[in-house]
Amino acid sequence: MQLTIWTYEGPPHVGAMRVATAMEGLHYVLHAPQGDTYADLLFTMIERNGKRPPVTYTTFQARDLGSDTAELFKTAARDAYLRFKPQAMIVGASCTAELIQDDPGGLSKALNLPIPVIPLELPSYQRKENYGASETFYQIVRALASPSARVPRAEGKRPRCNLLGPTALGFRHRDDVREITQLLNQLGIDINVVAPLGATPADITRLGEAEFNVVMYPETASQAAQWLTRTFAQPATKIVPIGVGATRDFIAEVAKLVNVDTSTVLNGAPSRATWYAKSVDSTYLTSKRVFVFGDATHAVAAARIAKEEMGFTVVGIGTYSREFAREVREAAKIYGVEALITDDYLEVEAKVAELQPELVLGTQMERHIAKRFGVPCAVISAPVHVQDFPARYSPQMGFEGASVLFDTWVHPLMMGLEEHLIGMFRGDNEFHADAAPSHLGGANKPMQNTTPVPITTTAPMGASATAPAAANVASWATEAEKELNKIPFFVRGKARRNTERFANERGVSTITVETLYDAKAHFSR
Amino acid sequence: MNAQATAPLITTSATTPGWGDATVIPILRERGQREVFCGLTGIIWLHRKIQDAFFLVVGSRTCAHLIQSAAGVMIFAEPRFATAIIDERDLAGLADCNEELDRIVNQLLARRPDIRLLFLVGSCPSEVIKLDLSRASARLSKKFSPDVRVLNYSGSGIETTFTQGEDACLASLVPDLPASPSDAPTALMVVGSLADVVEDQFIRLFAALNIGPVRFFPPRHATDLPPVGANTRYLLAQPFLADTARALEERGAKRIDAPFPLGVEGTTAWLKAAANVWGVSEATFDTATASAHERATRAVARYREELSGKRVFFFPDSQLEIPLARFLARELGVELVEVGTPFLHKQHLARELELLPKGVQLSEGQHVENQLDRCRAAKPDLVVCGLGLANPLEAEGMTTKWSIELVFTPIQGYDQAADLAELFARPLVRRMRLVA
Repeated sequence: MQLTIWTYEGPPHVGAMRVATAMEGLHYVLHAPQGDTYADLLFTMIERNGKRPPVTYTTFQARDLGSDTAELFKTAARDAYLRFKPQAMIVGASCTAELIQDDPGGLSKALNLPIPVIPLELPSYQRKENYGASETFYQIVRALASPSARVPRAEGKRPRCNLLGPTALGFRHRDDVREITQLLNQLGIDINVVAPLGATPADITRLGEAEFNVVMYPETASQAAQWLTRTFAQPATKIVPIGVGATRDFIAEVAKLVNVDTSTVLNGAPSRATWYAKSVDSTYLTSKRVFVFGDATHAVAAARIAKEEMGFTVVGIGTYSREFAREVREAAKIYGVEALITDDYLEVEAKVAELQPELVLGTQMERHIAKRFGVPCAVISAPVHVQDFPARYSPQMGFEGASVLFDTWVHPLMMGLEEHLIGMFRGDNEFHADAAPSHLGGANKPMQNTTPVPITTTAPMGASATAPAAANVASWATEAEKELNKIPFFVRGKARRNTERFANERGVSTITVETLYDAKAHFSR
Repeated sequence: MNAQATAPLITTSATTPGWGDATVIPILRERGQREVFCGLTGIIWLHRKIQDAFFLVVGSRTCAHLIQSAAGVMIFAEPRFATAIIDERDLAGLADCNEELDRIVNQLLARRPDIRLLFLVGSCPSEVIKLDLSRASARLSKKFSPDVRVLNYSGSGIETTFTQGEDACLASLVPDLPASPSDAPTALMVVGSLADVVEDQFIRLFAALNIGPVRFFPPRHATDLPPVGANTRYLLAQPFLADTARALEERGAKRIDAPFPLGVEGTTAWLKAAANVWGVSEATFDTATASAHERATRAVARYREELSGKRVFFFPDSQLEIPLARFLARELGVELVEVGTPFLHKQHLARELELLPKGVQLSEGQHVENQLDRCRAAKPDLVVCGLGLANPLEAEGMTTKWSIELVFTPIQGYDQAADLAELFARPLVRRMRLVA
């Protein structure tokens, strides 16, 4: 058993649902107890899908366990076929149904339905959501992709490829597909099939018509792509085009596979992010300490961008996907750090507390962790939240994606000029710590008592590593407290925390102005 | 599943002639896919209500994922619930589930010394592998007594539907309630989670009615359990507490038969039922409730214009559907198309059923596809349904109200009656406001 408070990934059958929901004309019959239908709301609420996921649940109850749950499954599968008339069906069990061993695959075979029925074996007590998505997509491809689709490209025809990996509930998958489609089209390459997102079972049979596969998300598509390479001799891309550098590398990789001209796409300045990073206002971004955590693909990509395209210092990198631990460990070597491979968010929180980064690039979990520490954060990876499905076009991949990332990451940080001005005027009558904003009529001081509470005194729960016993916290001398208040509010919390930590570690009971500057010198990097 | 879809209508008789002289209410009972939460979901409000209790689900990753998703994804720094996820080592017998559970409880209590009451919550997988949580809780209770009490109940989907999780939780607490002395005066117990603000309003009303002593169950703190005994008269504040009621009766408590405190009429009847037991005079009752009654009536009337004549369809969710439908029909002039409920407790809902308009279509259980077909055919003005159905129905052009909000929002009592009406009016107002 494992004590779990929040989870990064759902169970594997939710991964299967992400594939089924992404596709058209496919239906999933899931042997599952009452209550497992909660998973529908992930799609209808978080992603705001206007359609119910194409899933029929048997929703068995205790009384059914005494009678015949297998019959219940058969009835559900038969009814689902008659009602939804899918081109193909996938069948499987959720965690509880796995225990009662009704064998949905065998049962549905006995129904003799006139469509392909693909059984899924997803071990719920060992594996998780991304595995479930990957395995489901692989099984669908294996069962449906037809070798007869392989035909050589006719003279003068544009090369074609498949885009593999985007699913429902994916982090910006919808927009990435559009961006990469545009990019490949500009390179003179047509898209044969995008799958699973938007593909029908009939489309899957045509996968072999493409010359190569673009593996957009290795978490969901690697396994299927490897099978296609083995079976149809279709090569697959290895580079995930997130960031300007990676996008250029991806273009080079594609050009090698199908020999297309890349000059029109690469010439000029395809991404505004490159120039923005060079512009002087971005100087303040230099060496900002960032901590990166997410699925392997997004974490590895984000770390590269952070270092090469933003000029940050990567102080930590990690992932919750153990299947891709190797890739993240390799990346960590580049930054001279040790990779954190864990699906326990408390460990991640402890790591953030230890590293004290100035920016966290993570998932929604890290957003919450960062909020408690008062550290700016941008979300770069699933697990997703309703906020990760913006109404606007907002890809992560390609040149436009690089610009989106620049904005998204810089937004939580103070703009450079703004930061400079606040530093310059911090002693000014109007701008000192307790002054009310002048544009709100400086006379009253509404902010006076509510100054920097959020990030200073309260030690975050769970981060026992950094939470010293409240009893021996050093107290602040009045002068030191005054000096602290001269520090701009957005770094004051960190200064207070660092100084207190410095004092406590040295057994200093009263923090003086000297202690404050000793600590500043100690922590300055 | 479809075989049962055409099952004959089963009729039940509501005894007293009520509004519209309804004597026979047909109930459609169907079996098929049930689009409902399991009882684990109740942890989301129960852990907020009992502030020093912790809920440890013994289950699978699905259970953890469900609670996290239903809680709106990661809202709290460190919530007072967690999941002990069973893995293949436990199933293969490589690890002893009981030893593993003890290890996890040790780990948990070491990290959270503030826990006074720990619930081990059974799930579908723990039920199916027949992990005996009652023995585990007895063993752990002994070990950590008196600092921590360990209880257990099942919130599994195979045993419980959504709000039945609260029922199971409270029923598990009943044996731990202190016994009231044999000579204790008659005392009132209000049973079922209510928002603190609502409790406080009721405390003031009961005081004005000279009804007391009054205790609420569940209490806000696990160390503050209300006593129970032959002197206890209890009022159900929620319609889904069948097992809790049974357990209380076994301890000698007697139920005060009443409708539920939703809407002005329901609240008045609920208070009145208690007032009758305490022999409160009509004059005292009127004086004590007059201002709140008048205020609430005025506030609700504002929504009558927006809701009157509107046709409403309820999908089953929390068992609150029948009292809610009664409120909508009688105080707001709503026309009820179908009132679905996951489970209908005829005895506890007797006073509600007799207040429903004549000929209303009730349904119990669910075959979600058939019910959606009926809903589409009926084209109601407002569909009250779960989160899995709401956006898809909106996309089809219907107006919906998500039912889970009715469980998480304070809706009981006089001063919430208008808020309750507003919850139903808002989607309709919104639809009118949005131009495109």
